[in-house]
Amino acid sequence: MSLLEVSLQGTAGVLPIDVAFRAQAAPLVLVGPNGAGKTQTLMMILGATRPSHGRVTLDGTPLFNAGGRLDLPVEQRRIGFLPQRYALFPHLDVLANVGYGIAAPSREERRRLAREMLRELDAEALAPRRPSELSGGETQRVALARALASRPRALLLDEPLAAFDISLRRDMRRFLAERLRAWSLPTVVVTHDRADAEALDGDVVVLEGGAIVQRGRLAELAAHPATAFVKRLVSGADP
Amino acid sequence: MSAAPPAARRRAFLAIAWPGAIGLLSGLLLLLAALPIAGLLFSAPPRQLLAGLSDPLVLPALRLTVFTTTVSLLVILACGTPLAWVIARRTIQVGQVGRVGQASRTWRVLETLVELPVVLPPAVAGVALLLAFGRRGLLGPGLAAAGIGLPFTRAAVVVAQTFVAAPFYLQAAIAAFRRLDPDLILVARTLGASPPRLLFTVAIPISWPSLAGGAAMSWARALGEFGATLMFAGNMSGRTQTLPLAIYTALASDLRTAQSLSILLVAVAFALLVAIRAGARR
Repeated sequence: MSLLEVSLQGTAGVLPIDVAFRAQAAPLVLVGPNGAGKTQTLMMILGATRPSHGRVTLDGTPLFNAGGRLDLPVEQRRIGFLPQRYALFPHLDVLANVGYGIAAPSREERRRLAREMLRELDAEALAPRRPSELSGGETQRVALARALASRPRALLLDEPLAAFDISLRRDMRRFLAERLRAWSLPTVVVTHDRADAEALDGDVVVLEGGAIVQRGRLAELAAHPATAFVKRLVSGADP
Repeated sequence: MSAAPPAARRRAFLAIAWPGAIGLLSGLLLLLAALPIAGLLFSAPPRQLLAGLSDPLVLPALRLTVFTTTVSLLVILACGTPLAWVIARRTIQVGQVGRVGQASRTWRVLETLVELPVVLPPAVAGVALLLAFGRRGLLGPGLAAAGIGLPFTRAAVVVAQTFVAAPFYLQAAIAAFRRLDPDLILVARTLGASPPRLLFTVAIPISWPSLAGGAAMSWARALGEFGATLMFAGNMSGRTQTLPLAIYTALASDLRTAQSLSILLVAVAFALLVAIRAGARR
């Protein structure tokens, strides 16, 4: 059973952070108002910033341990990351984007594996295209393919739908929820959209001012909202 | 019948005076830019100019200039790219606990330092180079002990050109690396990219047009380098006499040769620029 355990405390940047949660096969949904420290938490898990205390453990292997002075660099943590706008490499075609993180003995082998991954996401036809020629949904598929092709042991997604038109979001959301469930990797998805939390159907962790104010299933949050933000979130209003 | 109200009169005056003033002032500067170029190109018949190119000064100076500026540019690219990358990374990375704020300040000071030669007058650069590498300079005794005399050699030409031209490339490269989307860099790292792979497969390819532009500026600056070269490397035909120095020498005896050389220098600079622009666009 794969498991991502996170416990982080300390300042990195402006906001003092104090969070602890575990993510298993079902996606963990991290919500909170702007400036609550959601992205900062992801940065700490990835190793892009370093908190003063805490630990990050993946499948029992420590990646970060402030006490033990262990701090694996980003490139050795094997955590896939999808930023808000997906950040496809603009100078590479889709196939090369997907192949970027594949450790293969030869160029041919890498391209074959990348093509395979694209096929798995029903996106093989996109292989020769440039990122600038992709629609929102296609960009999402390619970014997912790129992240998965590197065989990560966990996935972090930062507001994966926020940058796209509402008209696109429904399909992209369904696709994302479906695939994340199928891959059953420990996954953390940052969002502030109730519909995302609903579709992803995982535990919800609410972050405000750098600290966790409530956690549980969406229905539990709806029954006893702990803060005004949670109340707005579960009511479906734009929080 | 009363006269037009003052506001209307003022508007009528401005409608004539303002375009006139703009035309006059910008025309003066345009004239100053165009006349010398016209003088350079059209003040002598082409036959005379071609004859000027057969002066014995010309060929060695051309050869030396192409050689030294190429070496200078290679040095600038090889050393300047990693330096620009480090400076750009160190001065935008925020958030890490502890001494990073301090480190970032140190790198900013360093950035100012490496860009200083841009505002340094060439004569000052020449004196400074002599005081660093000259016989009585900082490194002079050490270099002498090793049997190396740098000033007034071909290597000194390269050192002078590199010193004055490097900042132009550095400025462009630092700015370009700083503009890179931080998400691209982070994603590349999560995909397992080592620091060198990050530089060579993400940072440089994406910044390529800006890097090429900076390289062109550096090359142009090295090509025209005069003051520092004269003071630090001297003006010896075939050894340290680059095209700008040859122009200076020719001017003393024959204005037409100086003119031919000047046109040649402009042509070389122009050709390099066009080549680099074309390369960057690919």
